[in-house]
Amino acid sequence: MKKAVITVTGKDMVGILARVAGICAQDGANVLEVSQTVLQDVFAMIMLVDITNSTVPFAQFADDLAVIENELAMKVHVMHEDIFNSMHRI
Amino acid sequence: MLETKDILETIQMIDDENLDVRTITMGISLFDCIDSDPDKAAQKVYDKICRYAENLVKTGEDISRDYGIPIINKRVSVTPIALVAGACPSASPIRFAKALDRAAHTVGVNFIGGYSSLVHKGFGPGDYALIESIPEALAETELVCSSVNIGSTKAGINMDAVAKMGRVVRQTAELTADRNCIGAAKLVVFCNAPEDNPFMAGAFHGPGEPDSVINVGVSGPGVVRAAIKKMQPGASITEIAELIKRTAFKITRTGQLVAQEASRRLSVPFGIVDLSLAPTPAVGDSVAYILEAMGLEQCGAHGTTAALALLNDAVKKGGVMASSQVGGLSGAFIPVSEDAGMIAAARSGALTLNKLEAMTAVCSVGLDMIVLPGDTTADIISAIIADEAAIGMVNSKTTAVRVIPAIGKQVGDELDFGGLLGSGPVMPVNTYSPAEFIARGGRIPAPLQSLKN
Repeated sequence: MKKAVITVTGKDMVGILARVAGICAQDGANVLEVSQTVLQDVFAMIMLVDITNSTVPFAQFADDLAVIENELAMKVHVMHEDIFNSMHRI
Repeated sequence: MLETKDILETIQMIDDENLDVRTITMGISLFDCIDSDPDKAAQKVYDKICRYAENLVKTGEDISRDYGIPIINKRVSVTPIALVAGACPSASPIRFAKALDRAAHTVGVNFIGGYSSLVHKGFGPGDYALIESIPEALAETELVCSSVNIGSTKAGINMDAVAKMGRVVRQTAELTADRNCIGAAKLVVFCNAPEDNPFMAGAFHGPGEPDSVINVGVSGPGVVRAAIKKMQPGASITEIAELIKRTAFKITRTGQLVAQEASRRLSVPFGIVDLSLAPTPAVGDSVAYILEAMGLEQCGAHGTTAALALLNDAVKKGGVMASSQVGGLSGAFIPVSEDAGMIAAARSGALTLNKLEAMTAVCSVGLDMIVLPGDTTADIISAIIADEAAIGMVNSKTTAVRVIPAIGKQVGDELDFGGLLGSGPVMPVNTYSPAEFIARGGRIPAPLQSLKN
């Protein structure tokens, strides 16, 4: 299974989760887990998605998500999960 | 299972603390390009680099995209050209510099290293011609970097080469005086040069290396500084050393991942990860700021050498655990013009050339990106090289000199190279003459490796 981690941080507002999940659905990425916290108005969402059967190349998926950066003025990262595994697991 | 805290920590390192992989460098052997016809040889060099490195830049960009980690530079290092040009000793080696430059432009890398010569014990067939051609080669090409190894712990120091290199450094600056003397910023004089260094300007593909190899240089001074800043006030030096080790481990793991992935995608063997804290002029991405975060008012103060020794060692200890193969220069770099904190310390006078020389005894390389007054003589530059090489030779470590005589400028002026090379104030130099010492030539014998005091 190929998994990617999407992180979205910024000012909390209505519809962030829906917008991100919508793009995942559109590009064929299956949402496995979602965790989100709001600390003093700062919204941080982490989403683990399965991109094995994604209908678009990874770069396209990243570009589609990057649209949210401007649209909602949030910081969006999408990264292959291996970077976190190698950095934080021995 | 991934933890939220770990994910956010990684994101913060990349977004706010300038974590990046500094370079993916492909080493390419040119031994099979040797030909007694110099034009044929140069064509073979061009063709081989273009063939091997065709997908290097694209692959680097793809990996950067997939893992969300910036990979700043993609570069190529090649067999020291003196070894290739030795087969056609009567021809000018400049044609090889031009072939390297064209190949670098074709494949899209931002530097190519290996216009180099290894003369720590003496000059081979291609060495004289290559060294003499360096000023012109660096003036007439854009992306070519040059290095010359003039000493080693096992061979001693070739003082004929030292005398020559003082003149070559000066001429290189003179020939590029209209471009901020940029030529000299692309020329490194080494003692104990590593054969697998991925960092410019000193990268070359050593004769003991395989046909082709992927070496990766990591970075991350900003991450180390941020970690120290977050410690409790008054934390002990032991705690700082432990924290740097843990941080260096994480930084190096990203380098290891990128190196393995690049090696797999390009079908080129993985060579080494170079565990270096390489600063950039970006505010925050500074080795000097790490030393200051440890409690020094400004880099260059008494205590700087001790703090740097601790940093250099802890980076290696943490990094070695994180990678299967470690090599290159590995440690903390102290290039003055490329480090916002060093630039500030040099400007204020806290950091002097003498202190920098002491620091090079414990850092990973040497006197790096230091701007000298324009009237500094070739003899003085040679003597700076000799001193630095002696530190490397005796301490069994790599040392190097990359100084830029700022033609037409004086103490108080500045040189601005732009980009990653940064800018630096002209630093005062001791002007008492070493001319007679340098003119003697000969060799400093290899030092005794026992009776260490």
